[in-house]
Amino acid sequence: MAEVKNIATRDAYGAALCELAEKRNDFVVLDADLAAATKTGTFKKAHPEMFYNCGIAEQNMMSVAAGFASTGKLVFASSFAMFAAGRAFEQVRNSIGYPHLNVKIGATHAGISVGEDGATHQCCEDIALMRTIPGMTIINPADATEARQAVLAAAELDGPVYMRFGRLAVPVVFGDDYKFEIGKGVELKAGTDVTVIATGLMVKEAMEAYDLLAAEGISARIINMATIKPIDRDIIVKAAKETGAIVTAEEHSVIGGLGSAVAEVVTEECPVPVIKVGVNDTFGMSGPANDLLGIFGLRAKDIVEKAKQAIAAKK
Amino acid sequence: MNEQRKIELKKYSLEAKKQIIIGTNCAKSGHPGGSLSCTEILTYLYFDKMNIDPKNPDKADRDRLVLSKGHAAPALYGVLAVRGFFPVEEIKQLRKPYAMLQGHPDKKHIPGVDMSSGSLGQGISAAAGMALSAKHFGDDYRVYAIIGDGESEEGQVWEAAMFAAHKRLNNLTVFADLNNLQIDGTLDEVNSPLPLDKKFEAFNWNVIVIDGHDFDQIEAAVAAAEKCTDKPTAIIANTVKGKDVSFMENQVNWHGAGPNDEQAAEALAELDERIAAL
Repeated sequence: MAEVKNIATRDAYGAALCELAEKRNDFVVLDADLAAATKTGTFKKAHPEMFYNCGIAEQNMMSVAAGFASTGKLVFASSFAMFAAGRAFEQVRNSIGYPHLNVKIGATHAGISVGEDGATHQCCEDIALMRTIPGMTIINPADATEARQAVLAAAELDGPVYMRFGRLAVPVVFGDDYKFEIGKGVELKAGTDVTVIATGLMVKEAMEAYDLLAAEGISARIINMATIKPIDRDIIVKAAKETGAIVTAEEHSVIGGLGSAVAEVVTEECPVPVIKVGVNDTFGMSGPANDLLGIFGLRAKDIVEKAKQAIAAKK
Repeated sequence: MNEQRKIELKKYSLEAKKQIIIGTNCAKSGHPGGSLSCTEILTYLYFDKMNIDPKNPDKADRDRLVLSKGHAAPALYGVLAVRGFFPVEEIKQLRKPYAMLQGHPDKKHIPGVDMSSGSLGQGISAAAGMALSAKHFGDDYRVYAIIGDGESEEGQVWEAAMFAAHKRLNNLTVFADLNNLQIDGTLDEVNSPLPLDKKFEAFNWNVIVIDGHDFDQIEAAVAAAEKCTDKPTAIIANTVKGKDVSFMENQVNWHGAGPNDEQAAEALAELDERIAAL
């Protein structure tokens, strides 16, 4: 078996911005004094003339990005998810969302895998917040391969995009042949007893859960849902119809995120049990990221447990 | 400015003010007071200064304006309508369902509106973003913004002030409409952001203080802003809330209320008298 590389999706973000600059120069990148951490610093080093530091003022940065985009140009605005989606929520809604401007938000350090910085910086609400903004596209890539493609695809889309990246180095699960498409879920494993719909770093956990379930004779379908808005309704309805039970897995609150988005579709179109794996309506805490994923119930074994519950709940 | 042109601008400004009264009367709501205080500034910019074309409102090299105090939308709409961006009849639909003229400026649907605004503090940042784009790509258009004095209580205004000065956005000119009143009372009674001139100076802006109803002073300040090579300019415009409608002048309750039919008739009669007296 080939050695699996660990790369944080934030690193892929910085690298993809550099790659984009090789193709076009009609854009700029903004950051709010976190370039070293969000990895826009990589871009700044390569293309200093296309980078502007807005300082520790995320609200201004988002409205500046809106004004910049209103002139017909592309702009990326980066900060931690907590500040991009949380602190500057209303600027994203009113300055960017309402006029539907071509701003790409690169939000890093999402979820509890931020680690030692603790609850103030562990944003588990950003998907919920961004999902409420009409016209906002939300992409939560699973690994570096998908993150790179998501950045390049977002640049081609006309309209606001929220891209969610992590701090933690995570295994690269997709090969070079993987094809990301905005708005499309991808079936990674076929299965008939239950479907696990995962996003972000939980995709790797879902793949492990597949093996664990298979060992117990349970056939699980595994879907990677990188685009959370607009959600791929077809792949969800098909899974509900064909497997009759769904588990969602995300490094985000169980309120308002992927699980809610999936449940909204399922309850409307094909009601079957939907059980969520996520941060269970609680704040995070300090600690090593990998320990926290276990503490907060975001491991393959947690998906396995919920998968069995979902199967048991089938009529 | 020659006297003939000044009279023409005063007439356009009073015509726009009539539209403010008509719109807020038809809507039975809206913000006439703070609209009437910044109408001369908007009139000067749209009739005399800005490189704009009512027949081609989206032309790429146009000068831009962001009404950061977006609740003064009736003033912007009135000026744009009189300038020919859309028919003045639209004003009667102000704030009505599906109307083009929403309660606060809507960039997506209104010809001539360069940025949606209304949530205070955001427009000045957006204007700075436009100015940054012009600088970055070597475009020579200029960007104007109008902020409120009450609006300057928003922290984002000062985030934007810091940013625009640090990035040396000398292509950005911001008017502060200093009419001394906000919803809950006078600036002093609420949470005064004054002195605005000293604050902008401290943020490293070029600062000019004027009478915001005097076209000569507005013109001179805008010209001085254009000559400034290394700083954005803040024009602190001393104004009268409700200006030119006597019963609205300096009355805080006209911040956010539409005149009834009788009040509107009285206001329009006064504005017509002022036009006739020019």
